[in-house]
Amino acid sequence: MAATATVASSPARLPFAGMVKEAAIFALVALALAFPLVGFNILDKGAGSELQTRFPQMFYGVGVLFVGKLAMSLIDAGHARAIAAVSGALALAWFLAALVGVTGTQYQAIAWLTWLVALSVAVRGWVVMRRARGTAAQARDVGAMVNRLALYVGPAFVAVAVAIPFYAYVIDDKRLVDLGILIFTYIMLGWGLNVVVGLAGLLDLGYVAFYAVGAYSYAIISINFGLNFWETLPIAGAMAATFGVLLGFPVLRLRGDYLAIVTLGFGEIIRIILLNWNELSNGPKGIDNIPRPSFFGLQFGSAAPKGTVSFHEFFNIDFSPMHRQIYLYYIIMFLALLTNWFTLRIRKLPIGRAWEALREDETACRALGINPTNTKLTAFAIGAMFGGFAGSFFATRQGFISPESFNFLESAIILSIVVLGGMGSQIGVVVASIVLIGGPEWFRDLEAYRMLAFGGLMVAIMIWRPQGLLAHREPTISLEPLARGKGS
Amino acid sequence: MTAAADRAPPLLQVDHLTMRFGGLVAVDDLSFSARNAQITAIIGPNGAGKTTVFNCLTGFYKPTVGRLCLRPPGGGELLLEQMEGFRIGQHARVARTFQNIRLFPRMSVLENLIVAQHNKLMRASGFTLMGLIGMPVYAAAERKAVELARYWLDRVGLAERANEDAGNLPYGAQRRLEIIRAMCTEPRLLCLDEPAAGLNPRESAELNELLLFIRDQHKIGVLLIEHDMSVVMKISDHVVVLDYGRKISDGTPAAVRADPAVIRAYLGEEEEEALPPEVAKDLGANGRADSGTRPRPS
Repeated sequence: MAATATVASSPARLPFAGMVKEAAIFALVALALAFPLVGFNILDKGAGSELQTRFPQMFYGVGVLFVGKLAMSLIDAGHARAIAAVSGALALAWFLAALVGVTGTQYQAIAWLTWLVALSVAVRGWVVMRRARGTAAQARDVGAMVNRLALYVGPAFVAVAVAIPFYAYVIDDKRLVDLGILIFTYIMLGWGLNVVVGLAGLLDLGYVAFYAVGAYSYAIISINFGLNFWETLPIAGAMAATFGVLLGFPVLRLRGDYLAIVTLGFGEIIRIILLNWNELSNGPKGIDNIPRPSFFGLQFGSAAPKGTVSFHEFFNIDFSPMHRQIYLYYIIMFLALLTNWFTLRIRKLPIGRAWEALREDETACRALGINPTNTKLTAFAIGAMFGGFAGSFFATRQGFISPESFNFLESAIILSIVVLGGMGSQIGVVVASIVLIGGPEWFRDLEAYRMLAFGGLMVAIMIWRPQGLLAHREPTISLEPLARGKGS
Repeated sequence: MTAAADRAPPLLQVDHLTMRFGGLVAVDDLSFSARNAQITAIIGPNGAGKTTVFNCLTGFYKPTVGRLCLRPPGGGELLLEQMEGFRIGQHARVARTFQNIRLFPRMSVLENLIVAQHNKLMRASGFTLMGLIGMPVYAAAERKAVELARYWLDRVGLAERANEDAGNLPYGAQRRLEIIRAMCTEPRLLCLDEPAAGLNPRESAELNELLLFIRDQHKIGVLLIEHDMSVVMKISDHVVVLDYGRKISDGTPAAVRADPAVIRAYLGEEEEEALPPEVAKDLGANGRADSGTRPRPS
C-alpha cells in the first residue's frame, strides 16, 4: 500500500498504455516478493513436514494488486469519481459477503487483501475528489473539529464506556470486558506518556520501565505487607515517580535521538534487573498470587475465605467471574479518567505551560528564568507516576507478573499510540488506543497476517497524517475581550 | 537623567571580561558599564564578540575571566558570572532576546507572554499543588498576568492576534513579540540581540519608538547589539564599540562616530577613499538628527 500511495501521489498523467506498463512493473515486483512468501507453504505434519505450493492464491493476489495499481493511476488521471464508486461498492460488497460468511474460511488472507485493496482505492479516490473540490484545508483540520466537538465527544465516550460492561453482562461476553480493560490500560499509559512526550517533548522509549516498577512495587508490597489495592496504589505510583526522577537526572542534558537511546536502555536495564534479581523479583519465574482488589472489603472469589463475605453472597446474586472483570474495568476507567483530568488541568498551570515551552525551545526557557532541570524532572516524575499506577493495575488484574510482560515492544506500542494519536492530543490517544489495541483483536481472523495488516495501517496513517490522527492544539488560555480591545 | 544619576553606580558593571574558546579569544579584557534608564549599544563588525558578551551576561557561557556585577536600583550586588543560567533570568532579572528569534512557535502569542511570567505564577499556584485544586489565589494571579500581557500586546499592536500561534506571525511581529515577552519577565536589564535585523524601515522606526518607551516609561537599562546604524545612532545614550573582542571606543554616539579607531575598524585604513557615499550620507544625516535631540557630555 505504501508504495502505491507514494508513486500515485506524483501528478504525472500517463496515457493508458503507460499506466498498464507501470502497473505491470508493480505487479512484477509484487510477484517477486510473493513467490517465496506466498507461493510456498510448509505444512507441519507431526512427523516431518511437507512443502505445499499455493500458486493460484499467489497469482490471484498479484492480479488484485495489478488492478489496484491501475485503478490508482486512473484516479490520478481524472477518473476519481468512477473508480471510487466502483471500488467502494466492491469493498462494501466484499465486507457484507464476509459478514455473512460467503467467502469461506479457506482463503481468508486473500479475501482480506482484496478487501484492503478495494478499500484503499476507494479512500484514495474519495481523497482526490475532495481535494478537487478544494476542501483539503477542512480535511486537514479534522483535529480542530474534533476538539470543538470534544465537549460532547468526551462525555458521550465516557457514557458509552460506562455502559459497555452492562451490555457485556447482559449478553454474557467476557471478551468484550477484557478488551475494554486492555484498551483502557493503554489509554492510561498513552495519557501518562503524553505528559512526557507530547507536552514536554522528551522522547521516551523506555516508558515500560515505569509500568514494570509500578507492577512489581504493587506485587511485592501487597504480598509482603498485606496492604490492599487502594493503599498500595499511591506507594507504587510514588516508587515509579522516584524512578522517573532517577532516569531524569542523567538525561537532563540530552535531547532528541540521544535521549531516546538512553531511555531505551533504561527500559531494558529495569527488565534485566527484574529478570536476574531472584531475591526481589523471583526472576524469570515471576511473582504469582498477587492479591486481587476487593470491593470495599468484599472478595470476588467463588468461595470467600473464612470469616469474610464475598461479593455475590453480600448482594445475594449468583456467582459470576464477570463481576470481578467489571469491577476491574471500572477501576482502570477511573484511573484513566483521573490521568486525563490531571493532564488537562496541569496543562493550564504554569508547570504545564513550562513543559510545552520546553518542548518548543529550551534555550528560550532558560533565558526566561525557567529552571529546565526541575521542569524536566517533574515531567518525568509525573509521567512515570501514571505509568506506575497502570502497572499496579496490571499486576492486580493479572494476578501474575513476570519480566516477559515488560519488554521493548510494550514501550513501542505505547509510544505508537501517542504519536499516532497526535502528540499532545488527549482524544487522539483514545482513538489511537482503540485502533492499535482494538484493531489487532478485530483483525484476529487474519491469523498470521494480523501484524502485516497492522503495519500496513500504521504506514498508511503515517503517509496521510504524519502529524498524527488528531494533531491539533488548543491554546491553554485565550484573550477574551478582543472586541472591546478593537473598539477602544 | 541628571548629573546625579550619572554619578550613581551603574546598573551593570562589566570588568575585565574575557572569554576564551580553546585558543580563540572571543572577548578580550572588556570593561564597560550600562546605566539604568539608558540605552547602551554594543556595536562592532561581524565576529567582534558582541553576542558572546550577551551569552556571558545571561549565563549561557561561563566567562573565563571577569566580573559581571548587577546593582539593582534597590541596592545590593549580584555577580552574574557566579549564577546558574536560568537564575539570571529568575533572580537577577536580566532578560534577553536572540539574534535568530526564539519564540515558542506552536504556542499562542498570549501563551508566550504567560510562560514568561512563569516564576511569578509558579509561586501563585503554590508550586502547582494549589493550582491543581483550583485555589482562587492562582486564578487572580493568572488574571494579572494576562493583564500585563495585554498591556504589552496593546503597546505593539498584537492584541488582535493574541490567540494565534506565535510561529504564524510575520517576521516583524515575531521580533516585537520576543521583545515584549522579555519585558513580561519584568526585567531590570533588557538585552536585545540585533532586534532590528530583517525589519523594514517602518518597522525599524516602530522598534525605536518601543525601545524609547521602555527606557523612558519603565526606567530599566537596555543593552542593545545592533548593526543598523539608524537605530543605534538615533536611540542609544551610550555606545561601546568592539573589534576582535576588544573595546576600541566607548562614549556618546556622536563621540564614537567621530572616533578614528571606529572608522578604521568598520571601513579599513584609508578612511577617505573607503567611505562609500551612501554610508557617509547615512552617518551624516543621523548625526545631525541625533546631536539635535540628545546632547550628552561624556
